[in-house]
Amino acid sequence: MRFFGRGHGACPGCGLAIAVRNILEALEGKCFVVNPTGCLEIISSQYGRNAWGVPYIHPLFDNAAAVACGISEALKVLGREDEGEVVVLAGDGATADIGLTLHGMFDRNHDVIYICLDNEAYQNTGHQQSALTPLGEATTTTPAGKLMLGKIGRKKDMVAIALAHGSPYVATSSAVLPADIRRKVKKAAKIEGAKYIQIHCPCVTGWGIDGKDVVKVGNLAIETALYPIVEFENGKLLTVRKVKERKPVEEYLKIQRRFRHLFTSPEGRKVIEEIQKIADENALRYGIDLKK
Amino acid sequence: MKKVVRGFYSVAYAVKLCKPNIICAYPITPQTEIVENLALMYANGELENCKYITAESEFAAASILVGASAAGARTFTATCSQGLILMSEVLFNAAGMRLPIVIVNTNRALSAPLSIWNDLQDSMALRDAGIIQVYVENNQEAHDMVPQAYKIAEDKRVRLPFMICMDGYKLTHAYEPVDLLDQNVVDSFLPPYSPEVYLTTKKPVAFGCYAPPHIYMEFRVAMQRAMERAKEIMEKVFADWAEVSGRNWGGHLEVVYPDSKNFVIAMGSIVGLLRKVVEELRNEGISVGLVKLRTFRPFPVQELRKSLENAEKIIVIDRSVSFGYEGNLSIELKSALYGMSPEVISFILGLGGRDVPKDFLKELVKNAILGKEKSGFKGFKEFEEVIP
Repeated sequence: MRFFGRGHGACPGCGLAIAVRNILEALEGKCFVVNPTGCLEIISSQYGRNAWGVPYIHPLFDNAAAVACGISEALKVLGREDEGEVVVLAGDGATADIGLTLHGMFDRNHDVIYICLDNEAYQNTGHQQSALTPLGEATTTTPAGKLMLGKIGRKKDMVAIALAHGSPYVATSSAVLPADIRRKVKKAAKIEGAKYIQIHCPCVTGWGIDGKDVVKVGNLAIETALYPIVEFENGKLLTVRKVKERKPVEEYLKIQRRFRHLFTSPEGRKVIEEIQKIADENALRYGIDLKK
Repeated sequence: MKKVVRGFYSVAYAVKLCKPNIICAYPITPQTEIVENLALMYANGELENCKYITAESEFAAASILVGASAAGARTFTATCSQGLILMSEVLFNAAGMRLPIVIVNTNRALSAPLSIWNDLQDSMALRDAGIIQVYVENNQEAHDMVPQAYKIAEDKRVRLPFMICMDGYKLTHAYEPVDLLDQNVVDSFLPPYSPEVYLTTKKPVAFGCYAPPHIYMEFRVAMQRAMERAKEIMEKVFADWAEVSGRNWGGHLEVVYPDSKNFVIAMGSIVGLLRKVVEELRNEGISVGLVKLRTFRPFPVQELRKSLENAEKIIVIDRSVSFGYEGNLSIELKSALYGMSPEVISFILGLGGRDVPKDFLKELVKNAILGKEKSGFKGFKEFEEVIP
């Protein structure tokens, strides 16, 4: 816990804290962290209670990528590149909704590892929907009611967006796969340019799960193919985490409060079918099923 | 080396001499030529230890500079109007993190309606950001302000963003003879930027913490104190500059004919016109002086009170408006003179590049002194508002 931890305020079982610790340890603390407003910032950067053992900056909600570009270029110009990697640790809202400067970072291909810690909603402020909130999830701004059954539309495909920009390294991972996170972060550090890694981070309070079930839920997201664990280098699919026997999405959905409403009406059932379709598409697209 | 150059070049050349590490901007009329010139210098290898970045927006440009400045780089950007407003979220943040970013704002009107022409509405909107604001009268002053801006902003007792405000088109695109500084003059005046606190893995620190109610206010008080210290430090830097360059632009204000009964006060390029107006009115036997306000933030309250202590009538020339109240400079001045009792007449004119001819200005000032002209908007056509 040298690089992150000293009394951070994350909930017990928080996926995000697990991911961050592994990221920083993979880089052996040789990094500059840019962290836009969100869960991570709130649990780690209160004045007088700084939990960071690495240089850290929290600028705004919407500009982490650009700030990281500035640090990266400054280090080059000042001849201090060897000090470490510039790493953005951003939430899903800061990445896929409000963080528009991500596109400039890709476009100019600054040497930055952009990591999206995806807990699938604005959790710090009490569970509002973001562009990475999955279909059917009840959030406080997409509540389940008579007319609406939670989030409408799918998760924004940030991996495809990063690939479309020609990012040299694009990967997904999960807080429940610490070894995978470390490997991918280490690999990204060796590649020059604007890298993108998206890590699925179960959220105890937002998702309505028990702290002890974080690993189970995280694994089910992978085993249902709802969260494909993939890796691209220069646009080519390099690795996919295969699943021996893919589980029906219901197993994943039913143990989380955020999807509970889907099981109580015929309309909800239809949404579950839609979600199953997404999983099937993912499996086909990435060849997730080991048998096939 | 005296040369006839356009305003944008006088700025770009001065920026080059200050050896910034990161220049980042997004083009916007009439600022674009400043960064185009810098881009050309960069492309030709004339900027040492410098990276020029064209961002995807002013918002991103300012953000990139936040990162660069926090990492210990000397930074520059230029913008105006919508660009400045788009930067504003970042600039408030940069001031709070005490990052000495230098910005040249080529003052331009705000939309709607869209106007690429000059007034001061844009920088006035950033009044409360915690950014030092200096308004220049001509291109030589703009040129000279750049090294001074870095020296003041980077002073560890200050550490605040610095905005040089120069009138769009009226200065940026005007040809004027400018004595371009020598590199050794700037080098002797401006040391390299070496902040005591910056982002480094050798001694990790955190920038941009969040502050609960028990500590937030202390940070804001610290900013106010930095502004107050800046006021003194600027006087010193202005005086040093006069010595180094041989050009004395005065302090926070320049007062012409300080013993006058009446005064005109203004900022920016219109001061040049007012110098002529004042001369002509004095030739007609009218006792009128001129206050050129250079520093708008920190606001030089004591200096203004002292300079205007015997003024009977003060005419304020505003080129921006706080809708629902009056001209911005007028508001500030009245507040500064609280308890004193001169009559203050304030004119709002020249919005969106509306021409302000000398004789028109002269008549206004004269009539105001004679008690024949009231405060308000001047130099517009009466029209019928369409209220559906």
